[in-house]
Amino acid sequence: MSAPVWEKDKQVRAKVRGTVKGEAAATGRRPRWTPGRVVMLVVALALVVVWVLPIAWAVATSLKPEGETTKTPLEWIGSTITFDAYQQVWESGDLGQWMFNSAYISVMTTLLTVVLCAMAAYGFARTDFRGRKVLYGLVLAGIMVPPQVLIAPLFAEMVTLGLVDTYWGVILPQVAVPAMVFILVKFFEGVPRELEEAAFVDGAGRWRVFWTIVMPLSRPILAAVAIFTFISTWNNFLWPFLVTTDPNGMTLPVGLVNVQSSYGVRYAQMMASVVIAGLPLLVVFAAFQRQIVRGVAHTGLAGQ
Amino acid sequence: MTVVDTHAAQPAAGPRPAPPAAGAPAVRVKRHWSEHGIVFVAPFLLVYAMFLVWPLVSGLGMSVRSENIAGTDAEFVGFDNYAEAIGDPDVWASLWNTVWFTVLSTVPLVLVGLVLALLAHHLRFVQWLWRLSWFAPFLLPSGVVGLLFLWVIFPSDFGFADQALAAVGLEPGIGWLTDERYAMLSVVLTTVWWTVGFNFLLYLAALQAIPAHLYEAAELDGAGSWQRLRHITLPMLARTTGVVVVLQVLASLKVFDQIYIMTGGGPDESTRPVLQYVYDAGFTGYRIGYASAVSYIFFALILTVSLAQLWLSRRNREENAR
Repeated sequence: MSAPVWEKDKQVRAKVRGTVKGEAAATGRRPRWTPGRVVMLVVALALVVVWVLPIAWAVATSLKPEGETTKTPLEWIGSTITFDAYQQVWESGDLGQWMFNSAYISVMTTLLTVVLCAMAAYGFARTDFRGRKVLYGLVLAGIMVPPQVLIAPLFAEMVTLGLVDTYWGVILPQVAVPAMVFILVKFFEGVPRELEEAAFVDGAGRWRVFWTIVMPLSRPILAAVAIFTFISTWNNFLWPFLVTTDPNGMTLPVGLVNVQSSYGVRYAQMMASVVIAGLPLLVVFAAFQRQIVRGVAHTGLAGQ
Repeated sequence: MTVVDTHAAQPAAGPRPAPPAAGAPAVRVKRHWSEHGIVFVAPFLLVYAMFLVWPLVSGLGMSVRSENIAGTDAEFVGFDNYAEAIGDPDVWASLWNTVWFTVLSTVPLVLVGLVLALLAHHLRFVQWLWRLSWFAPFLLPSGVVGLLFLWVIFPSDFGFADQALAAVGLEPGIGWLTDERYAMLSVVLTTVWWTVGFNFLLYLAALQAIPAHLYEAAELDGAGSWQRLRHITLPMLARTTGVVVVLQVLASLKVFDQIYIMTGGGPDESTRPVLQYVYDAGFTGYRIGYASAVSYIFFALILTVSLAQLWLSRRNREENAR
């Protein structure tokens, strides 16, 4: 039941790798096409179509001339295929600025979260000091506090600190994530102590051991934490929406929602901006599918 | 390096001390202050204290004052804000909307997630296709999903959903987001499409963890695929289902983005979740003290669920240990 986290992580990794290479390889034969499997395939393909349709429709709408976007009965392709809508939203709006804001905020938040949470986790898992258990208990209790509950007092605090409409105002409240400390503590506790002790005996200090031994050994779990943090920061809506009022400082989703009325009934432009805003993470996903699937599944379950 | 080795019986220039034998106590070293454990946790604790602990405490203080968003006119009012919230039918309506959304969304999100995972797992091939189409929407920001469904899927008549109904011969002209009867269901539909991929991945990982020899043994005993599903797969997934349900309930209770974007809480506030009530009271109505009080009522709801889950998982673990 209680395999060390160290081993568990290996199992999880092997497990997820199994997804990628396909189980067929493990059993050594391709499954036969029984009627049951054919039915399953048909159902699965139908569900793929259902899941892809809304996105396909957004793309189709964005490529139509504006006058044809609300035609009934619906047509997938207008009289011509045009990229006018993309050109217009890119030139007229703040999409580029928002994309930069989103990228900057997400990267900074991810870096800070990983470094701060890993340092804290190492402190809790591998050092001893007075009050360690009490402080760790306090951090664990924070897992049960959803950030959404804090919006009113947090906003008042931001007003006091003068951080409204700043990058730091968006970043700082998203950085101290107790659940990530918990996940990393569990992992660090499984790292064999012998590795560290050999280094201590060689005269290395704790910081050196932390950066050159513990962190490199923990790369998979750190990647999982980083991926999870990046996705949730990139997609976060409520907090950036509350703390930014200046359109120049908005993140991508907040900016889009904020200006939707100014598009009036220009559906092609609306959908062009939706496609542009949705694309970056989908491209990242296509490139790092394996790592993202592993990171999400692992971090999602490890909190339990 | 600033480490002073207390074994330093050997001269500093001498050979390095041998690593302790297995089972020997950990090396005792006297360290420079910067090596102290608290230095590792301090940066995190500082940010944690400033942006989680402090707002939690100060929010409690705000909730017993008549504070507005500028921080002026703050008078101590005791439990007046709480009393007002409990007596306010709008608060109850928004709490009910939140709970109703949670009930309506959790069931399909868990079941559809399971079905998708079973399909992907048993079909075995083109895994990338299943993952791409079912999980990718989870990676879209709520703003993108909300605007997509609001502007081109759910409008009456020319919207995709209505046109799809017309195509199969049903009566179009449904107020997907504007009719009280359908608005919440449309939001749930959107949410299932958007976030089911997360549960799908969790189930997929769990399915891959089921030992293959269980199936092989069952096959030798002549169990059909339906029996294998009922007597091996589903029981082996029980624990994961518990985790998925709890995570989903907690996530659904915090609903705000897609409802705010798609319906603004309407029509006639029939979909407004409690978080939007907090937003309306505090950020549009500037009554931040009152908004804090409602936040704490909402927090009590979340905490009840979290603690119940903690208690359940502890009990399970004890049963497993026995």
